[in-house]
Amino acid sequence: MAHSRSHLTLALACLVPLFVTGCQSTQNKNTDSTTTNKVSLDTNPYPSTYTPLQSQPTVITNVTILDGAGKRIENGMIYFAEGKVQAVGQGLDYPSDANVIDGKGKWVTPGVIDNHSHLGVYPSPSIGSLADGNEMVKPVTPGVWVEHSVWPQDAGFGRALAGGVTSLQILPGSGNLFGGRSVVLKNVPNRSMQDMKFPDAPYGMKMACGENPKRVYGQKGGPMTRMGNVRGYRQAWSDAQDYMAKWDKYEREFEAGKNPTPPKRDLDLETMAGVLDGDILVHMHCYRADEMVTMMDMMQEFDYQISSFHHAVESYKIADRLKENNVCSSMWADWWGFKMEAYDGIRENIPMVDAAGACAIVHSDSELGIQRLNQEAAKAWSDGKRAGIDISMADAWAWLSANPAKSMGIFDKTGSLETGKNADIVLWNGNPFSTYTKAEKVYIDGGLAFDLNDAQSQPVSDFETGQKAEGEAQ
Amino acid sequence: MKKLMIAALVSAACCSSALAANIAIVGGKVHTQTEQGVIDNATVFIKDGKIERISQSSDIPSNYERIDANGKVVTPGLVGAMTSLGLVEVASWAGIVDASVNNASISNTGAAFDVSYAINPDSTLMEVSRLEGITSAATTLSNTDHLFQGQGSIISVGAEAPLLKPRAFIVLDVGASAAKNSGGSRASLWVTLQYLFDEAKTLGDIPTPGDTWQGLNTRADLSVLKKVLAGDIPLVMEANRKSDILQILSFKDRYPQTNIVLMGGAQAWRVADQLAKANIPVIINPEMNLPSSFDALGASMENAARLEAAGVTLAIGMETHNIRLATQHAGNAVANGLSHEAALASLTSNPARIFGVQDSVGSLRNGARADVVIWSGDPLEVTEYAEQVFVNGEAVEMRSRQTDLRDRYMNYQNDDSTPPQYIEPNQ
Repeated sequence: MAHSRSHLTLALACLVPLFVTGCQSTQNKNTDSTTTNKVSLDTNPYPSTYTPLQSQPTVITNVTILDGAGKRIENGMIYFAEGKVQAVGQGLDYPSDANVIDGKGKWVTPGVIDNHSHLGVYPSPSIGSLADGNEMVKPVTPGVWVEHSVWPQDAGFGRALAGGVTSLQILPGSGNLFGGRSVVLKNVPNRSMQDMKFPDAPYGMKMACGENPKRVYGQKGGPMTRMGNVRGYRQAWSDAQDYMAKWDKYEREFEAGKNPTPPKRDLDLETMAGVLDGDILVHMHCYRADEMVTMMDMMQEFDYQISSFHHAVESYKIADRLKENNVCSSMWADWWGFKMEAYDGIRENIPMVDAAGACAIVHSDSELGIQRLNQEAAKAWSDGKRAGIDISMADAWAWLSANPAKSMGIFDKTGSLETGKNADIVLWNGNPFSTYTKAEKVYIDGGLAFDLNDAQSQPVSDFETGQKAEGEAQ
Repeated sequence: MKKLMIAALVSAACCSSALAANIAIVGGKVHTQTEQGVIDNATVFIKDGKIERISQSSDIPSNYERIDANGKVVTPGLVGAMTSLGLVEVASWAGIVDASVNNASISNTGAAFDVSYAINPDSTLMEVSRLEGITSAATTLSNTDHLFQGQGSIISVGAEAPLLKPRAFIVLDVGASAAKNSGGSRASLWVTLQYLFDEAKTLGDIPTPGDTWQGLNTRADLSVLKKVLAGDIPLVMEANRKSDILQILSFKDRYPQTNIVLMGGAQAWRVADQLAKANIPVIINPEMNLPSSFDALGASMENAARLEAAGVTLAIGMETHNIRLATQHAGNAVANGLSHEAALASLTSNPARIFGVQDSVGSLRNGARADVVIWSGDPLEVTEYAEQVFVNGEAVEMRSRQTDLRDRYMNYQNDDSTPPQYIEPNQ
């Protein structure tokens, strides 16, 4: 069960008589037969059917561990079983029947988590018939759910897995002010989105600043300016507040024993209400420092939280403000200049945000970049060091796992190698801060999802299967 | 901030010496990219802006400024294999982009366009790229609605007078997107090309303005195609699909004088032996490993390694704003089987040779331009970097607009009493 919207699923519902309308999706949240009565919306109609790969108790020994929580352990051990991290440290006890892997010369880290991917919605091959990531018919479409576009046969999932990516957030594109809901996936390619859906991960909602919406809608009814963008957001937030008030009124009247008609369901406003309730996390495409400051004011105005700015190439200019407002920045190491709002990109953006005490995340937004996020972090780490910002590798790994996990609301489950967390683990064949290092084994919930040295443990998408060129590569 | 200051001191020391024509870079591991190979603990002698010699002599004449490269790696300046440097500042929706040509009637095919008129040495991309070791580059159009992407130039990155070789090569897409622009099919694309080239071939003299001319090519295009047919300038043909690459090989058979280079080449590994036999070098981005189109099925990170094994000459570096990432791209090819030696060559001597500028750039041969980089370590490692870059024998200031912005905001973080716009970065 994912999050539930408190306004729409009152526990008090069990005390009042049955009420159903034909147009509503209903869900009985109670098992008590005297109850079920009030219209409440199913917040999880496309539930996860993910099941972990089969696994066996495993120990990796003699290995350098970055635990993702700031600790580096030389000559360390990690023991995982039943899908969970059981212990991390040195000289651990483990069952005699555990699979033991000698990690000498190798490194272990938490799985890489990318909070900005379009895999499955802008898949390979990049063709119009599969381009399903941007509902650019009107600027406010928070009611679309990107999960309904995910094509699980995108070969990019498997390539990302080879790069150590164990979880990822699929976002709608940035053409719209409100682009729709995101979905968090486990990177075990399977038959359907639901088979990959991260159990109990909250939804996110994509928003976009700046050039993209004004370029897309400037000649299509607007917005055509940044001020038009802000009007668009504010009007929509205001509408969401009204919508919530209608539901509140309905619930109040219902509890008062009246027989109210529930408000007409509005999928766009429903997603936004989820944000205002704190159940859905905002991920906002925004490059420029001044625009991010305006967005944080708007966040205060309507009383919600932005989880992370994305791309955020000017975060280094306002790292103090980002810290104050508790907003993460999801960044590239070095992309710049391809558009005006990316013109002031610098290589030290990530370490400067980190050094200011704000939350720094390495993201990809790229089917190529997602394969080497460890190298993106390595570049940023090195660039920071040259500029006098000394961050340990152990702390820098937070950019790849703990911080993105926090931004996606799944840090209680994954993102660090702590006892009881999901065994989402990468065994690297060397120092992952090197160009030459590769992920050797990737475990998701303890199951071996990828093995560099065993073709049987490497997923091949249906799209690539049986293709002549692919066959020759074997 | 300490390291910043050290870097500033080093570059200050270097720049004050710019007037001293003679420099000795002492003690580095030097990748000469010549028959001299790799020499440990070597000295690069620079005189009058040229490489004078490389030797293991530690005897440095007193009129040479001595620069210590002990424990460092020294290479020739990197050669960007395919860029639009100098032709674009901001790519999207920010004014004229000289890397793009549409609706220009002087040419039917795009062959006549000539980027040598358009290069802006003051573009911020120049310093951003040079700072990371890119000292010269092939640059040309990246987007036209014509068949050819015009005639590209070889430029020095960041020099006052950037042109090293104008009209040095021409790019022709023969893949799916070219087919799309030629009536929607390769069936029309290749017939069009055949007629265009045959016309140029069979025509004796190019018609003068007084002559009546009703050919397929414009007059401006004809002279360029004649140069291509004579092999005077390389014809860089872009394709990914095996069958398209085989068409390129047939084209080479029909016009044996031509000097063909393959670019893209996602499936080049499938025809590696034929490419080697036809002496066709390949410019690739080795990180393209996804079936991004039906033409790129079978794209592999091992493409570079397989091409090397077959004896194909490789160049790596297809980017513009981030041509500085060519080292990472090459490093990832090494992680997937390419030899380190071939990877370095793919960034230096190979692109220089492909574009016919091997005597001046891409190696530390005697008499070449003294474009030299001192690296903190292995240039292909993402955590190593160019410590000092020399262009034409002069140590360049190791700054760019990006480092200025960094320094301004690092200063601001240390002391926020003054708004950033009042902070001069280098104070």
